[in-house]
Parts: sequence; C-alpha cells; structure tokens
Amino acid sequence: MTTQILKNFSGLHNILIEPFLRIFTGPNKAEEINKLMKAIVTPLVALGIFLLLWSAGASQIKTSLGAVPGPSQVWEQAVNLLDEHKEERQKEAAFYERQEKRNAKKLAANPDATVKIRSYTGKPTYIDQIWTSIYTVMTGFLIASLIAIPVGILCGLSPLIYTALNPLIQIFKPVSPLAWLPIVMMIVSAVYVSDDPMFDKSYLNSAITVTLCCLWPTIINTTVGVNSIDKDLINVSKVLRLTWLTKVFKIVIPSSIPMMFAGLRVSLGIGWMVLIAAEMLAQNPGLGKFVWDEFQNGSSNSLARIMVAVFTIGLVGFLLDRLMLMLQKSISWDKSAVIR
Amino acid sequence: MDSYLELSHVTIDFPTPNGPFRALDKIKLSIDQGEFISLIGHSGCGKSTVLNIIAGLHQATEGGVILNGKEVSEPGPDRAVVFQNHSLLPWMTAYENVELAVKQVFKGKKKKEEMKEWIEHNLELVHMSHAMDKRPDELSGGMKQRVGIARALSMEPKVMLMDEPFGALDALTRAHMQDSLMEIQTELNNTVIMITHDVDEAVLLSDRIVMMTNGPAATIGEILKVDLERPRDRLALAEVPEYNHYRAEVVRFLHERYKNPESEQETDSGSNSETATASAEKPATQNKQENEEDTPVLYAVND
Repeated sequence: MTTQILKNFSGLHNILIEPFLRIFTGPNKAEEINKLMKAIVTPLVALGIFLLLWSAGASQIKTSLGAVPGPSQVWEQAVNLLDEHKEERQKEAAFYERQEKRNAKKLAANPDATVKIRSYTGKPTYIDQIWTSIYTVMTGFLIASLIAIPVGILCGLSPLIYTALNPLIQIFKPVSPLAWLPIVMMIVSAVYVSDDPMFDKSYLNSAITVTLCCLWPTIINTTVGVNSIDKDLINVSKVLRLTWLTKVFKIVIPSSIPMMFAGLRVSLGIGWMVLIAAEMLAQNPGLGKFVWDEFQNGSSNSLARIMVAVFTIGLVGFLLDRLMLMLQKSISWDKSAVIR
Repeated sequence: MDSYLELSHVTIDFPTPNGPFRALDKIKLSIDQGEFISLIGHSGCGKSTVLNIIAGLHQATEGGVILNGKEVSEPGPDRAVVFQNHSLLPWMTAYENVELAVKQVFKGKKKKEEMKEWIEHNLELVHMSHAMDKRPDELSGGMKQRVGIARALSMEPKVMLMDEPFGALDALTRAHMQDSLMEIQTELNNTVIMITHDVDEAVLLSDRIVMMTNGPAATIGEILKVDLERPRDRLALAEVPEYNHYRAEVVRFLHERYKNPESEQETDSGSNSETATASAEKPATQNKQENEEDTPVLYAVND
C-alpha cells in the first residue's frame, strides 16, 4: 500500500525518495551519491543565488511602506502568521471552555434553564484563509470539470456539435476573470436570494468565476483526445456493434484519459490563478482577500506578509498540480507513460 | 446464387476534389462455406477496400455483398475482422478484450460461467491461456495478434476477415502463426478471407488465391485453386512440385502480367524468387505508393 502511494506520488517520489533508496540498492554507490549530490546541490545553489539577489535588491528600493522586505523579514512574517493562527486557536478553545463552564453552572442551578451555545466569531487566520481558497477553487474546478468533460466528449465524437460550439469556445476562452466577475456578482445577487443562505455570496462569486475560466482547456483537450482515437479501435466498436454508451465508456473515455488530464491540469492551474484575483474583488475570505487587506492596511509589515502569500500561493498551486498527477496515475491504464 | 458469400459486381467510387475515383470495378466472387481465400495484389490495388466492404465498414457504390442469403449493409460480429495492427484495447487484459466481444455477441444467450468457459476456450485455441491477464503492452507482437484472432473466433463469425494479419510480424513468428492458424482451421473449418502480400503464405494457407489487378478500377485478374492436400506442412511442401508450380503462378501474375506500377522501368521482372521476396517485404517505394493510392480512401473516411 505504501509503495503504491509512493509510486503514485510520481514527481515528489522520484525527486525526493528514490535517489536515497538507490544509494542502498544501486550497484554503484559512489556514482549514486554523486548523482544525488548533483540533484540536491544544484537547486540549492540556484536558491541561494536567488535569495542573495533578492536581499541585495530589496534593500535598494524604498516604498511608502518602508524598504522592500528581504528574505529574513518575509520569514519573520511567516512565523508571525503561524503564531497568530495558534494564538487565535487558543482563544477559541478558551472561549468554548468558558461557555461550557457557564452553561454547566447554569444547568446545575436550574436543570430547566435554556442554555445558549454561541459559536466563536474571531477573525479567520492565515491558515483558515488558505483552506478557504483551496475549498473555493476545488468547488469551481469540480463544477467546471463536470460540465467540460461531457461537452468535450460530445465535441470529439460529433463534428456537428464541434462545429456548432467551437466559435463559442474560442470566444469565451480568452476572457479575463476580471471581466466575468461583475457579471457573476450581479447574477448571483439577483438569483441567489435566501433568508438563510447556505453559502456566502462571496464564495459563490469566486467559485463561479473560477468555473467560467476552468471550462475551456478541459473542453478543448478532451475534444482533441476523443477525436484522435485510433480509427481501428472505432472500427472494432463498429464490428462489435457496441451501443453508444458502451463505446463511450469502454473505448472513448479510456483512450482519451491522458489528454483529458492534460486539460484538467491546465484548468486547475488557471483556476488557482483566477481565484486569487476573484477573491480580491469578491472579498471571499481566502488568500486573495488576505493580499488585498494587507495592501489596504499598509503597515510596515504588509509587504512582507504579501510576499508570504505569494510563496504560499505558489506552493499550493504546485501541490494541487501534483495531486492531479497522482489522480491521473491511479486512473490511467498507461502506467508506463511519462507524465510531467 | 446459392454460394455462402457472394460478391456481385462490387464497385466503389471515392469522391475526390477531381471527381470520383473508381477504386474497385465489378468484383465478382463466390465463396463456399469453410473455404480459405487469400486476396493478393500489389499495394494500393484495393484489397483492403474489398475486405472493408465485406465487413460493412465501406459501402459499395454499385453491386453488393450477400452473406448466407442476406445483404450486408453495416458492420456486425458475424463478419469478425482481424486487423493488421491487432487493435486490442490497450487498457484491457487479453481476457477482457475477448470478454468485450463475447459479452456483446452472446448477451442473453450464454450464462456467466458459459461465457467464461468460452473466453478461456478461445484463448486456449490460440495458445494464450498462460497470458490471459496480461495487457497488450506486456505481450509480443505475435501474442497480440493471437489475442486478436481469439477475439475474432470468439464471436463465432460466419466469415472471418483478416487484413494482413501477420504483415507486421518477423518471418519466424509469422511462420509460427501460420501453422497455428492452419491448426485452428482444421478444427473449426471457418470461412476465411485473408489479405496478404506474401506469396508463400497465400499458397500455404489457401484453398483459392484471388489475384487482383492494379488500380485504379482494380478487379479480379485471376483465381488460382490450390489443390494441395491438408494438413499441409511447410517443410514437406518445399519439395513438392505442385507447390512450386502454384507459387510460380502467383509470382508470374504479380510480376509479369500485372507488374508493380512503381517498378515499370525495371527491365528484369521475371518470376525469379528474389523479386517475389522483395515484393513480399514491401520495399520503401511500394509503401510510398500505397500511401498515395490510399489518399482517396482516407479522404472518404474523413468525410
């Protein structure tokens, strides 16, 4: 089971674990160590040069919020943000403890007393904001995939549908999320009217904007994948007189999975970029709002905190992409294919 | 008109930007049940098109195909096809590939256990029982083709259509596959139509060899009845004068009467065996020509 997981974790596994294993299992240990040193040392040297250039360059520029922060200030703020998160969690725990004690006391005095349980209303911490962002982007991406994959399959199978939809796809594909957002906001406020809303409007606005930008790469790649199925396999399905559904599930989908996933990965990447912009404007309490709030806040720490967000956004984006790779590896039949 | 499979005046035109291109012209052929027929001819003469029309993948412009009293109008499992490049579904094991066909053909006719038995029986027939759970990418070229044949056999077809089934295999594997095919043929006595480029293969396997003229408007040039006793053994046959006579007949047709249009300029095109092997192995020029001649076919498919 663990080996299976490791295998699925293709990129990370190859980069992080396998070289170490090879030192013990490989035939030529000296060479393996040498290779490993190269694999680790080269990126580290590059990172070092980057940090040096950054700290040297940063101190040269004075902004209205003070000097541009270097690596050390950014690190400091990263630790701060984490501390604030822990502090907030302690406050929350303390709040619930107090509430419980108060209620217990009340009940002890009078068993029939009605006790109120209030939830904690502290401000969301940085970690909370990361989760909100991931949750929102996943919602948008999932809705987009559920629409885009079937549409892509239909476009790939039927030249008529493709000819009909292609102009629309080509026109909507390059539209910026910032152009969609106002329209989405207006429509959501008009349509989603409820006294007890299940979702925040800001969450819906951001997720739907992500959906609108995520659709296109998946549709296009799925279409190409379905369209380029081996003609002989289609002939096989004709000779067997497979029903349309059997053909789609047994032949069309399996053979277009690699292209489909290529599209899904591009879509998720775009979705994550779009989300940050959408959150800034829609005020969805995620990383985008964090960046915007810090910018408006304008304290001497703001720039450093925004830079922490930049690195977080990059790291989460990378992890999301790896997640898709793992999913592709576990679904695709072609385990030997090189997936990057 | 009481033959098992009847091709009557089959003609096909492919639309091209320069007007229709006549690939086949009035093909007439009657085939009896249990007969093994080879179609031989130079590349691009429309052998595959004949096979595709029988399979129902192409529609004849004029004339038609009658199988067991019924006209063929669309593809179906009663005319199983073995494709040159095996065409197994790469994400399924050998067993699952055959299962897909069996489930489709015998849905409601066989019980679950019967189907399982039938799938295993067919894989056994092609000597693939040991690799049932392997996927195509884990099998050699010959093994993949065996599974392809098992899949075709499992449909219990009225006619089995083979499009250069061993063309992509090396010579030794090919000989092995031919022996296997003969063995299966003795047991099941299927009606088979096979396209081949290989003169020896045609003589060794067939009851009749159908030789096609060069395209465009290709048609049947000559039909050679191969009266060699079965079971046939390739080693013993090499010494038999009749075998060499049949072989020479085919070679003469291909290299004297209907020369390869690409090699017209060659002065020496006699019936020596070297030329025969050369044509069997499809030299590069021939491949090129095949592609050119195939263009209208592809065009029609894309349309």
